[in-house]
Amino acid sequence: MKVKRHVLHPLWLAIALVGLILFARQFLVPDDFGIHGDSFTYNYYRLSNVQEWKDFPVKYQGNESCLECHEDNVKKHRRSPHKRVQCENCHGPSGNHPNDIEYLPLNKERGLCLRCHADLGYPESSARSDLPLIVDRRHKLKRECVSCHNPHDPREEAE
Amino acid sequence: MSCSRRDFVKDSIGAAFVSALPLSAFTFLSTDEAKAAVAEATVRWGFLVDTTNCVGCGMCVSACKNENEIPYDAPVTRTWVERYVVTKDGKSHADSPLGGRDGFTTDKIRDEEINPDDITKAYFVPKLCNQCDNPACVQVCPVGATYQTHDGVVLVDREWCIGCGYCIMACPYGVRFFHPDHKVADKCNFCYHRITKGMMPACVESCAFGARRLANLRDPEDPVTKIITTERVAVLKDEYGTKPHVFYIGLDANVR
Repeated sequence: MKVKRHVLHPLWLAIALVGLILFARQFLVPDDFGIHGDSFTYNYYRLSNVQEWKDFPVKYQGNESCLECHEDNVKKHRRSPHKRVQCENCHGPSGNHPNDIEYLPLNKERGLCLRCHADLGYPESSARSDLPLIVDRRHKLKRECVSCHNPHDPREEAE
Repeated sequence: MSCSRRDFVKDSIGAAFVSALPLSAFTFLSTDEAKAAVAEATVRWGFLVDTTNCVGCGMCVSACKNENEIPYDAPVTRTWVERYVVTKDGKSHADSPLGGRDGFTTDKIRDEEINPDDITKAYFVPKLCNQCDNPACVQVCPVGATYQTHDGVVLVDREWCIGCGYCIMACPYGVRFFHPDHKVADKCNFCYHRITKGMMPACVESCAFGARRLANLRDPEDPVTKIITTERVAVLKDEYGTKPHVFYIGLDANVR
């Protein structure tokens, strides 16, 4: 039996579409997209994205970077019970300081100190009970902690 | 062309063998590539959370948001801290206001007053991406926008992600969210830009209590790896088979 030619038209169309998509794919999919690793399930990706993530800007530079200019405060802080607290936890992320960012957003709020030093009435097994605690509503209500305590060395009074 | 049955069978078996050979069997690595491949195999990032040290200050959450440019006031975060308070009646009260971004400075839990005398135990549990060995989030991605790097970290390609949200639903730990600015899926990547430069993740660096620590699990001399291999640690939701790589010391049965 002879197949009438117009019956095959949808087939040619479908084949042409697939061809077109495969052709367009050559230009749309980056060269480094593929399997980079052991498995198609977990390692099918655009390789240059790894470098893009590595190039993400760092904001928190760490205590060592403060030492160069702010030696007095860093050294005092190092000898104090607060030595484990990062400078940037209170002073804010330094980023490109002092090049682009001249002043860091220093946080002097009572709430910042209360993050560790608020007494929540938890039993001794709670890690917080090892710290010096205050009950917020019973201790110098709403005053800034740093008006009396020196945050660089809490054993001292405010400068 | 004539073809005997014997020839046909012989040729078929031969063809099957040839087609079974992967193309990669014929690639030769240059010296540099070989060196890089060996170096890559020496790193597998893991994480250790010591819940017995966490005081719930939430400095890790705010540091993470600043470091990774996650909108500070949006209700999304890459890492968060949960508070659990267990009372004498056996009930577990839990909350995580703003993901613990501003710490826990009030004893009320979801507006509920709890009598301190009724509390049997209270603790804080930091959570972050588990960088699973079998990441469910990667399996479901329809476009190959999320993947596992050679050192075990799962990343999201912001250029390639179409924002369908399958991965957000697939993660059993709920660590993924929709980034309000970039309009793509987002998640913790152990601060990949920091750990690949030899720095610690922002949350680890900001933790004053050593409750969060990074480990290279391929380095047997790594002090944190030593703790993970020699001490009793647990993982979250082991039953999902995702093989999470964030290990917990002091994980309580009430933690979900």
